[in-house]
Amino acid sequence: MEESSSSMRSSEQKEEMKKVSEKTVKKRSKEEEDAEPDEVFNFKCTEKEEEEEDVTDSEDSVFSGLEDSLSDSADDDDDDDDDEDQKVEPEQTPQVKEGAAQEDEYKQDSSDEEDIRNTVGNIPMEWYKDFPHIGYNLDGKKIYKPIRNKDELDEFLDKMEDPNYWRTVHDKQTGSDIVLSDEQVELVKRLQRGQFGDVNFNEYQPQVEFFSEDLMIHPVTNRPADKRSFIPSLIEKEKVSKLVHAIKMGWIKPRRTEDASRGSYYDLWANEDSSILANHKMHLPAPKIPLPGHQESYNPPPEYLFTDEERALWEQQDVSDRKLPFVPRKFSSLRQVPSFPRFLHERFERCLDLYLCPRQRKMRVNVNPDDLIPKLPKPKDLQPFPTTQSLVYRGHSGLVRSISVSPSGQWLASGSDDGSVRFWEVCSSRCMRTVQVGGAVKSIAWNPNPLVSLLAVAQDSVVLILSPSLADRQVLLSTEQLLSDQWEAESAEEEGPVKWINLEGEELSQGIRIKIQHPKAVHQVTWHAKGDYLASVMPDHSSHLQVFIHQVSRRRSQNPFRKSKGLVQCVSFHPVRPYFFVGTQRSVRIYNLVKQEMTKKLQANSKWISSMAVHPGGDHVICGSYDCRLSWFDLDLSTKPYKMLRHHKKAVRGVAYHRLYPLFASASDDGSVIVCHGTVYSDLLQNPLIVPVKVLRGHVITHDLGVLDVTFHPTQPWIFSSGADGTIRLFT
Amino acid sequence: MGGTLKKKYESGSVTNYITRNKARKKLQLSLPDFRRLCILKGIYPREPKNKKKVNKGSTAPRTFYLLKDIRFLLHEPIVRKFREYKIFVRKLKRAYGRTEYSTVGRLKDNKPAYKLDHIVKERYPSFIDALRDIDDALCMCFLFSTFARTGKCHVQTIQLCRRLTVEWMNYVIASRALRKVFISIKGIYYQAEVMGQIITWLVPYQFSHDHPTDVDYRVMATFTELYTTLLGFVNFRLYHSLNLVYPPKLDVKSESGLNEEDVDDYAMSSESYLEKLSALSTTLAQVVSSTEDEEAELDKFPVEEEDVAKLEAREEEQKQQEIEKKLFEGLKIFLNREVPRESLAFLIRCFGGQVSWDRSVCIGSTYNVTDETITHQIVDRPNIDKQYINRYYVQPQWLYDCVNAKILLPVEDYFLGVTLPPHLSPFVEEKDGDYVPPEKLKIMALQRGEKPVRAQEEEEEEEEEDDSEEEEEEEEDEDEDKVEEKSLKKMEEQRSQGNSLPVKVTAGKVKVDNLERLEQEEKAEEKRLAIMMMKKREKYLYDKIMFGKKRKIREANKLTAKRKAHDDAEKSSKKKTRK
Repeated sequence: MEESSSSMRSSEQKEEMKKVSEKTVKKRSKEEEDAEPDEVFNFKCTEKEEEEEDVTDSEDSVFSGLEDSLSDSADDDDDDDDDEDQKVEPEQTPQVKEGAAQEDEYKQDSSDEEDIRNTVGNIPMEWYKDFPHIGYNLDGKKIYKPIRNKDELDEFLDKMEDPNYWRTVHDKQTGSDIVLSDEQVELVKRLQRGQFGDVNFNEYQPQVEFFSEDLMIHPVTNRPADKRSFIPSLIEKEKVSKLVHAIKMGWIKPRRTEDASRGSYYDLWANEDSSILANHKMHLPAPKIPLPGHQESYNPPPEYLFTDEERALWEQQDVSDRKLPFVPRKFSSLRQVPSFPRFLHERFERCLDLYLCPRQRKMRVNVNPDDLIPKLPKPKDLQPFPTTQSLVYRGHSGLVRSISVSPSGQWLASGSDDGSVRFWEVCSSRCMRTVQVGGAVKSIAWNPNPLVSLLAVAQDSVVLILSPSLADRQVLLSTEQLLSDQWEAESAEEEGPVKWINLEGEELSQGIRIKIQHPKAVHQVTWHAKGDYLASVMPDHSSHLQVFIHQVSRRRSQNPFRKSKGLVQCVSFHPVRPYFFVGTQRSVRIYNLVKQEMTKKLQANSKWISSMAVHPGGDHVICGSYDCRLSWFDLDLSTKPYKMLRHHKKAVRGVAYHRLYPLFASASDDGSVIVCHGTVYSDLLQNPLIVPVKVLRGHVITHDLGVLDVTFHPTQPWIFSSGADGTIRLFT
Repeated sequence: MGGTLKKKYESGSVTNYITRNKARKKLQLSLPDFRRLCILKGIYPREPKNKKKVNKGSTAPRTFYLLKDIRFLLHEPIVRKFREYKIFVRKLKRAYGRTEYSTVGRLKDNKPAYKLDHIVKERYPSFIDALRDIDDALCMCFLFSTFARTGKCHVQTIQLCRRLTVEWMNYVIASRALRKVFISIKGIYYQAEVMGQIITWLVPYQFSHDHPTDVDYRVMATFTELYTTLLGFVNFRLYHSLNLVYPPKLDVKSESGLNEEDVDDYAMSSESYLEKLSALSTTLAQVVSSTEDEEAELDKFPVEEEDVAKLEAREEEQKQQEIEKKLFEGLKIFLNREVPRESLAFLIRCFGGQVSWDRSVCIGSTYNVTDETITHQIVDRPNIDKQYINRYYVQPQWLYDCVNAKILLPVEDYFLGVTLPPHLSPFVEEKDGDYVPPEKLKIMALQRGEKPVRAQEEEEEEEEEDDSEEEEEEEEDEDEDKVEEKSLKKMEEQRSQGNSLPVKVTAGKVKVDNLERLEQEEKAEEKRLAIMMMKKREKYLYDKIMFGKKRKIREANKLTAKRKAHDDAEKSSKKKTRK
């Protein structure tokens, strides 16, 4: 280094040395700033000094290394110091620069050397445009403009004639033209090229490496080492002792070796014991992910791909409603299959399911549906019952509300909305007689006594008693006797709301014998099994005059109830015992006529009872209701229905028991008659057996009404049904 | 009314349950920590039988845990570790805040760590339990092993997952346990039978994931933590059951062979060892080297006559399975670079085939394309320049379909550039009444040993006949080309003749009462009547079952109709193209 520097030390490069010195000044710290700059380049130092320097340096380094490794707070302090140094330095450097600049200004760039023939200074010369002068000379006298200004023509002539025109420059300050010399022109050209103005200046001087990798024999600074670099640091000692103490006390743990246990496995289930297994009784294992079907394949069969409609539907559906969580797609080869965009989502959802989804053990019912169907005796074994439609009785023009079969089973009476009562011969379906009663017939009932032939017809507010005279002589005679008996006794009493009127004339010739005038419209009439009593129903919510019981032989009427207990729908006599059944809207009440008290109240569990029938044995009652149900009551069993049958789709209009066979039937607005087998055992412990055996269809539904009434033949397993289509049908 | 009044909701089922918030407070854990604990310990909410009773009369939606479960968590040593970790994080934050980096370093060195061994043992008391639950673990590990090594989770986790999955695949190869494979649009499903347990897992395709923002990776990472531990122990046990060295080692002989080849190309390091393992091309080292394959023969017990048939059937099954395991034995397969190497190599090795690939694709290739003894080359591109005569060029689906069909399917359908037959899911087991796609029927026929070619030929013949007729017609048309209108008219006439039936009056037939039909009708009526007599509850159930059945039938019919429509359309388009 020294050699190089000495070789370069020539007279020319003194300036450069100066520059370098400036640089070093910048770099030095604050303390070193105090030292004289000359010392820096004191290359003539003795070797001894340098050796000393070296020693101190090495000591420094030793200590500093210690400091770094052992102390934290000391580091911080040092850092702070450094920061301060760095802050200070920039302040220093500008000063140095300014100093240099000042020196230069006065040496070379002084404004004294300027051309000062004109003293106006550095101003725009336009300001003197309107004056005859262009400024003032040193003596303060005006400098006048040249007398004759050059005009364009002069300019042109100069341009053409003067060979120095191109190097002539107009000086605005003095108003004179100056011809540049060759050197000046050269200078301008150099500047234009971006070169230094001085020709002799070498731009590419070799750089002097000041701090290089070469070991220098002389120290960079001549500053003596501090005292603190010779003695061990107290602070450090303190810190070291603290750390030692902390390690001794176990506050600082030695650095842990890399945990090798992670990822090292062993036979975890070497000794399985069953004791832990017992803890897992309550555990519900998570269900596995369902396995994929054909539609998830990358190349599914074509039928599994979505059509456009299906795809549109899939896109419209809510995510939770979709059957498939993805759209099946087809790729012609494996390399075209892209990654599944929702893969991470699905995995994540599975994770959520595993730890967030509440689990519950659910028993899945795995039933063969055929096992659910109850085992019933075969209908074949339960014959006889009506199976086919054999006769249709046509003639009525309105809907046939009510039908009744004579106790002999030979005649059928029907009452219709067209105001007529027709009598049919059962076997031939011939209409034997037609009686016009002058109004819609609501109900019709044949006297069950085989010794008389009488028919009760309910029409508006009257009950007519007809003698159709369709029987043998003996029966007719006894009927006549009965009616004439009435005649004798009748005159005694004529009080009360009900009037008995004997008919004469034309009506008598039609067979209408007695007219019983009621205060309100009568809906139903029914006979007692003996044939002497007749009950009529006038449904009315408010009045207690809803039911009348008439005695035909004595022409007497009585109202059995003092209070209204709801809307009466239908009534019926017990076939054997003196009981009277009253069907109200929700329940059936049973009254003992002898004791004159209520014995039972049957809850039908239906909204509105429409019809009722009593088993010929008298221990069972069936009720049809407008809410499609048929309830079977076992009077010995309970007041609740023994069985509810929901066979019909629409309101049940009529129900009937067969007198001899174990059959009952229900007619409904859906146009069907369902015949059921209902065996009643005399053994009290055995419940009745109810088996539906046949669904009979035939009636046409008109005005939303189907079959209105149903009744069995008294002796044969035949059934008659009347419908809203004006026909009566016989099924045998 | 003697005694004190009983308060509501103080006894009964309400005492067995605890809400999540209460449980959290009882354990003194933050919600994330509680979640982690639940995941690790396998505690999940329960749905009480009567929610209103448990919820103290309110119907607000709440999650309930079993109180027993929560009590069980109280004594978990890991809870302490969680707390330690919390303190550690606090200290670390403080050190960072004070910029005390030496403290940070010291703290980091002593980061509290926990092991999950005891939890695995506790959750899966027997090895079979663990195997039964390994599906999810496998899926998760395979997913994590495909993650890029940046961002989302620790690199160590990804590496561990990769290691474990490779070990698992090697085990499946060594035990030949693979049963079914299915290429779906999500990934590739594999099903293996390990120790009598059916295990299914899904491997995503080898693409980088675009990580969604609505997925909580912390939850997934916690699961992975548990699953890696579980899978590691399971692998250990499985390897030992096969007498293999557990951290798996390659067989020495083959390894030496490999070394000679590959030393020049690859630097040997621990990572490259894993890579070699994952090449799946070499057998693993055994603890006790046994040269002969020990075929476990069923011991013969003196049995009663009834069991003889059963035993025979079992033996037959065993034999069949042995044959199926050697499906690809004797095949020498080469994989082109465009096919999924890992999946196919796994598959082929599982069924005893030899497999190799280009040296530049992956480490561990055993032979070259130029090998003359190669029987099949798996190709997934439309055509290939240089073809060898003595080998089949098939598409990768052939291998998958063969595995599922358990026989070597005819290669003709899978040749280069041929439109592939549909790939069916092997997991669907059709019951009678379900829709069975015709391809499945074909494969079933092949399995039975029938040759399905005949039907096709017949079809083709029919088609040819049709074609010839048409051609004749066309010829005629050509003859009368000049008079186009006439020919058109003629054709119309022909058509009309063909279509409209000649009006005929046939003699009326006497309706014979079909006895069978009558009987059937009677039975149907009987059933209908019996259904009417059902109880309400049973009727409801019955209706539901019948509804489900009907829906199933409807769906099957729909699929059949769709297929038919598709086939018809295809046929007509074929005809058009032929014309």
